[in-house]
Amino acid sequence: MRRLISLLLCVTAIAPAAAADLNLTVEIPTLKVAEYHRPYVAVWIEREDHSVAANLAVWYDMKKADGEGTKWLKDMRQWWRRSGRDQTMPIDGVSGATRPAGQHQLRFTEGKPPLGTLAPGHYELVVEAAREVGGREAQRIAFDWPVKAPTHLSAKGTDELGQINLDLNP
Amino acid sequence: MKHAFVRAALCAALVLPAAAQAHKMWMVPSATVISGDDAWVTVDAAVSNDLYYPDHFPAQLDQLVITAPDGTTVKPENAATGKYRSTFDLAVPQKGTYRLALVNQGLFANYEIDGQKKRWRGKADELKSAIPANAKNVQVSEMSSRVETFVTQGTPSDGALKPTNKGLELVPVTKPNDLMVGEKATFQLLLDGKPAANLKVAAINGATRYRNAQDEMDTTTDKEGKFSFTWPAAGMYWVNASSEDDKTSVKEAKQRRLGYTATLEVLPQ
Repeated sequence: MRRLISLLLCVTAIAPAAAADLNLTVEIPTLKVAEYHRPYVAVWIEREDHSVAANLAVWYDMKKADGEGTKWLKDMRQWWRRSGRDQTMPIDGVSGATRPAGQHQLRFTEGKPPLGTLAPGHYELVVEAAREVGGREAQRIAFDWPVKAPTHLSAKGTDELGQINLDLNP
Repeated sequence: MKHAFVRAALCAALVLPAAAQAHKMWMVPSATVISGDDAWVTVDAAVSNDLYYPDHFPAQLDQLVITAPDGTTVKPENAATGKYRSTFDLAVPQKGTYRLALVNQGLFANYEIDGQKKRWRGKADELKSAIPANAKNVQVSEMSSRVETFVTQGTPSDGALKPTNKGLELVPVTKPNDLMVGEKATFQLLLDGKPAANLKVAAINGATRYRNAQDEMDTTTDKEGKFSFTWPAAGMYWVNASSEDDKTSVKEAKQRRLGYTATLEVLPQ
């Protein structure tokens, strides 16, 4: 009996590792500009009606005094409209500090925050970047969930975003 | 005297139909979509030919009524009136939509004394003392106009947008700080609280100095007083409707002139 329980425990412990996941690489390009500030970046998943299924990441300036950093969140126009304006910052497990130029890897597991459980359907992953005294860009990658086999998708930004890779695993 | 003339010119600008006048009254906030709890906007208010370059008269800030998302009236700060424009600052600590309105309710009179034409603008209770007894050809009009704009911190709300049911007013169907290029926005016009049907509404994008045509978009309100625009480009749109009727509140006035103007910001997708 005890053996059975430990076996069961074992299975339960292992099960999440086998859950579907979503691996994302977001590249912040190196820009040669006179005045550079790290971009604000938001990553989220949209349903077909543009409602937000999950906020995955929001990188903004959390260190500025007097909450000055939140003043520019609205510059991520799409994210602000779809979700940001309804949020109270910081968002636990989602928001974090701005990141430097380079590749940033993010991994999200189905059933765990911030991804949670996605109902089967058609979605878009959206990555939006806005830079102080710079530009703004949003890139979208459409995908169907769940996937039957590992699926590689990508998009390439032109100004404020570089290569974006999305790997979906069943 | 100069002040009286400015006021007279202002009311002419406010009440004439859009097509007949070159002067446009407006308020333009420094931002309409705002994030952060310690946010402020600064606002310009003027009457001008070009949108939005102050080149004619400043707006009169004694007409300013600001309604916060919770429905309370709040005061501007650092209000000043210059040669061509008025400015003020507004703290926006509450989440939701603020309504900023220049509300003008008053009388406008034309009369003649010894063959000289005179004009007067003022309140109803000033009329008797303002017009001399020997004035001839006295024509009194009542005017009722609103010039509005909206700013929203966080999620848009409609607590500040309740109509007063006096004059021409806009009731948003689409939230006035949720306007995007290529999307259809619908609003309702009310006249004394009832649908203002079959009224022409014009919309002109700003930065008119940098193009040759006004590029005015026109539409007409339906039976419910509703009208829609699908915004072709981003910008700060000047939306205007005007009307007149004989529903005056003072017996000396035979005619009531009504105007509504909003500056609405449309953002790119």
